[in-house]
This record gives sequence, structure tokens and C-alpha cells, in this order.
Amino acid sequence: MLTLNEVNEKYFDVLKEIGNIGAGNATTAIANMLGLRMDMSVPEVCFLPVEELGSAIGAEDDVIVGIMLGVEADIDGSMMFLMDTHSAHRIVNRLMMRDDNYNEPFDEMDLSAIKEIGNIIAGSYLSALSGLTNLTIVPSVPFVAVDMAAAILSVPAVQFGIFGDNALMINTKFSDDLGINGYFILMPEEDSYAKILTALGVPI
Amino acid sequence: MGQMIKVGMADLKVCKAPDALTTIGLGSCIGIAIYDPSTKISGLAHIMLPDSTQIRNNSNLAKFADTGIQKLFEDMIAAGANKARMVAKIAGGAKMFEMPGGSSASINVGERNAEASRAKLKELGIRLLAEDCGLNYGRTVELYSETGEYYIKAVGKEVKIL
Repeated sequence: MLTLNEVNEKYFDVLKEIGNIGAGNATTAIANMLGLRMDMSVPEVCFLPVEELGSAIGAEDDVIVGIMLGVEADIDGSMMFLMDTHSAHRIVNRLMMRDDNYNEPFDEMDLSAIKEIGNIIAGSYLSALSGLTNLTIVPSVPFVAVDMAAAILSVPAVQFGIFGDNALMINTKFSDDLGINGYFILMPEEDSYAKILTALGVPI
Repeated sequence: MGQMIKVGMADLKVCKAPDALTTIGLGSCIGIAIYDPSTKISGLAHIMLPDSTQIRNNSNLAKFADTGIQKLFEDMIAAGANKARMVAKIAGGAKMFEMPGGSSASINVGERNAEASRAKLKELGIRLLAEDCGLNYGRTVELYSETGEYYIKAVGKEVKIL
């Protein structure tokens, strides 16, 4: 049985490629929505011990925004898109046509806007994964949480912790006048890993 | 005022007065604080999953409620704590996202972590004095060995002292 610990360089490259295409799709979608031109950096894939996930994107007690969606059909699992509150404020302000510097706590409308953005970004990422694997992947409605990084990241930590000691994360920087920085975490169920890798032609 | 010793995720530590123990950002995980007022020896475990017997990969004892609390108990005895005087307080076990479904192993993991922690403490004969579990937000906890007070901090909420 394949363990996450045996994930190789090849899988990294594949994930990076998915991240690339997904972020490309997301960039276009967000650009259309917000009327902005956006570029993104080559995503970085990191593989780290579950215990370190809580501090992987900054201080454990930094307040961040997490958007979580379930995925189903050919593969089962969930995915998460994370961004710092600064990035979230900038996107929401742009969407709500507010001043860039507005940073009052998110209200219900703001949270809906964040969910919608998470939906677009996650959907773009999943369609890249779906396109490369020829697997049907359907996302659920998004759920959002604004809380300490370690608390939000405990969700994927538990998910990965069930069947291994390591977690996989894709870091994507959207370079534009907004300076948005985001992270994807894809959490397939154990048997879905094999499906993804097989579909991608990675020997397991 | 002693040192503040940090306990990571799937980790546990024991200290003596005047030191204190902390763990940052408990989500669905549980922070189990055990305290012996007679020796002021304190222990804090940050567990992630309820049951080591349900998981193939279970070498890290501190990752699970059953093995983590057992290990914390043994480490405290080894440090000189008095078994009969030990009391416990627990916090965490939140549901960070209102996700329906998920894998069987991760459904309501916060709630199951809390249940497993209560059960293990009961099995060891350690009285559970107080708890702050559930709901949908993260918690940072601090256990002060001088007093046995357990501070619960959450974003945008007042500090709670158990």
C-alpha cells in the first residue's frame, strides 16, 4: 500500500503542474470578476510533517481565512484554500467596491464574498486536476472559517494524520497590485490517492 | 514567574512550578491538562485523534487520546506527581468547518476526541474538574503549575479561566 511518505519527485512535479494550471484558471476567473490583471508565481509544493502544518504559513496564532470544500464523484476527500486576512480583505474590498485600506472585521456579506472567491479558486484548481486525470471531481458548497492558523490547519492535519505523518501543501502567490498570497491543500481519502496517481501515470 | 513551555501538535510535556505549559490554536484537537496540587507538577497533552487502535500509523503516542493521556500520566508519575491527587481539565474539540460528511475517521473528530479524553481520564481515575469543548472556534490554552489554573484564549473572546 502506498504511503504518503513514499510520494516522489515525480508526484511533486505533477502537483506543481496542477497548481500551475489551476492557478492560471483561477487568475482568469478572478480577473474577470474583479476587473484586474493578475499573474501568479510558479507554485511551490511542500511536503511537511503533520505536526508542523500549524505553523507552515506563518505564526500559529495569526488569524487567517480558510475555505473548505468537500470533493466527490471519482475521488473523495476535501480541499482547503487558505489566505492571510490581509489578502482576504483586499479581495473582499475590491469585490465590494470599498477602499483598499478598509479592514473592519468581516461581516456576513464579506464572508459570503470570501466563500464565492474560495469557490472560484477551488473550482479552477479542481478543473485542472480533473482535466489532467480525466476523473470527474465535483466540489461541495464552500465553508469558511476565520481563526488562528493552527486551529484551521488542524483540520487538514487530522485528515493527513489519519493515514500518515506528512501533509502536502501547494503555495501560490498571485502577483498583482493586490499582493494576494494563498495556499491550497488537497486532502483525498486514502484510496483516492492511488486513483489520482494512477490517472496521472505515476507508478505506485 | 517561571518559563512558558510550548507543547506542539501531537506532543506532550510535563513541568513543575513555577513553569507553565501552553499550546497554541487547538482546533478539533484537545488540550488535556493534568495537575497535581500537592506537588504542583503539571502536564499538558495536545492530541489530534481519539483512538490509536483505529489507525495503522500510530507510533507517535502523543497523537491519540488513549495513548497520549496514558503517556502523560506515566511521565507525571515519573516526575514525582501523586496519582491520587491528580485532577484534569480539557479544552478544544471544536468543529472548525460545518462540513457535512467527510471520511468516517474524520467525522465529528472534535467531539470524538473529547469523548475519548473523558473516557481515558475516567479509566485512569483522574477527576475531570472542568472543560471547555466543542463549538466552532480555535483555542489557545495555558496551564499554570503554580495555581493549576487553565486559561482559554480565543479570537475575539474574553479569556476564560478553568
